[in-house]
Amino acid sequence: MLNKSKKEVSFRGGGFVPKPILYIGPIVFVVIIGFLEWGTSTGWISDLTLPKPSGVFQVFIELYDSGLLYKHLMPSLTRLLVGSFLGITFGIAVGLLIGLFNLVRAGLLPVVAALFPIPKIALLPLFVIWFGIDEGSKYALIALGTFMPTIVATYAAIDNVDRNFIRMGQSFGLTWISIVRKIILPGALPGILSGVRISLAIGIILLVAAEMLGATYGIGAYVLEAGSLYDLERLFAGVTILSIIGVIINWSVGVVERKLLIWRN
Amino acid sequence: MELSIQNISHNYGNLEVLKDINLEIKQGQIVCLVGPSGCGKSTLLRLIGGLEKPTNGKVMQMSEPPKDSLNPLTYIFQDFALLPWRSVYDNISLVLEDHKLSKKEIDVIISDVLKRTELTNFAHALPKQLSGGMKQRVAIARALSVSPAVMLMDEPLSALDSQTRELLMDDLISLWEREKFTAVYVTHNLAEAVRLGHKIVVLSRRPGIIKKVVEIDIDLKDRKNHILELNKKQDDLWKIMKEEALVADKELINA
Repeated sequence: MLNKSKKEVSFRGGGFVPKPILYIGPIVFVVIIGFLEWGTSTGWISDLTLPKPSGVFQVFIELYDSGLLYKHLMPSLTRLLVGSFLGITFGIAVGLLIGLFNLVRAGLLPVVAALFPIPKIALLPLFVIWFGIDEGSKYALIALGTFMPTIVATYAAIDNVDRNFIRMGQSFGLTWISIVRKIILPGALPGILSGVRISLAIGIILLVAAEMLGATYGIGAYVLEAGSLYDLERLFAGVTILSIIGVIINWSVGVVERKLLIWRN
Repeated sequence: MELSIQNISHNYGNLEVLKDINLEIKQGQIVCLVGPSGCGKSTLLRLIGGLEKPTNGKVMQMSEPPKDSLNPLTYIFQDFALLPWRSVYDNISLVLEDHKLSKKEIDVIISDVLKRTELTNFAHALPKQLSGGMKQRVAIARALSVSPAVMLMDEPLSALDSQTRELLMDDLISLWEREKFTAVYVTHNLAEAVRLGHKIVVLSRRPGIIKKVVEIDIDLKDRKNHILELNKKQDDLWKIMKEEALVADKELINA
């Protein structure tokens, strides 16, 4: 080879690997909020379009100082927790039955497929008749809304458990109950947990819907009231609280996942 | 314990996988099943251990298994089948927990098999921390813990690199020297077959029938000193298999 054609091989690999970069997330938040604050205070963004972030913060502080925050937050959190606890518990139970027994699967899968796409909000009046205008209908709405996705996630997780593990269990003469308890359940746990994550997010969405009827206190009721009065600052304060609840719940599920699924990563 | 495979035929729907298989598995012998891919050798192994039901024929236990055997027919799988959420210790304990043993007895058994497979220091490691060779060693320890009468090994070394395979093969040979276990060993690797097999059964392509049974009388630990003879056997086996493998390779899977 001629000497002058000698050159280093240029690098063309790398990239396409997701890597966490700290601080970027918060910076994006700060930039967006800073931009909105600048826009609304200079009048570049009309205060009919968007509220001033500092105004929203002000509302939040007032809400906290007056003790109203607590008064709105507590009933909402109770509804969310009771409703999604019921929905997720029964959802996992039914999902297990569908995953383990062909008869249950054949019987219930069509029912699940028929009920899943119904917007649960549409059923709220029905729930009010069935369970009363008080907490009952709210629990029921959130429970039903979290029930369906949990069922689907659970039986799908069971279907995905490596059949070789089950074969192994059988080849060592493990009892049926041992195979379910020691192989299928732990194997399905990652899938079940990610189902729980989705269900809880749906629970928050339905919380607002549930507080449409017969709720004086509650973040959902607060947001809906502010919305109907076009009080954008209160609306945004309420929405921010919902978003924070969502982030905290998501983070808690993440903590549980890391604790229970050490064996994965 | 001895096994007798009598007139086994097996179909998956219309697909004939095995045909008229008759085979005796003698006490203390390693029987190697070799054949082209898709010839039904792994299916045959599953039939022997009762994980699948043959369409025709039966597998007979010719005597009672020893009293201390917790699981007479015990598998070792190609993919190890270790539960990733259980440590080495707990993976072995899994297969003991359903037998009426006290915690203490279980602990004694596990310590013993870990010692025999030189895994004592890894008792609390998770499978993801182990290399492939170590994983298969754990699977062997797990199999030993239930005192099997017959070991059913489904390509146990095929998922390993060639150096690890060599090491583990030596381990298996010295294990056999100590315990004289009975085994059915499925492999597509003829070198493994001539190193480990007392009897090598060559299956034809699908539907699998027994094409030839080759016996090798050389003691397992002596085989390294008879390389030429083994190479000859291996060549002979390859000659029998080559045609079959060529045709099998060109078959459409669902034809």
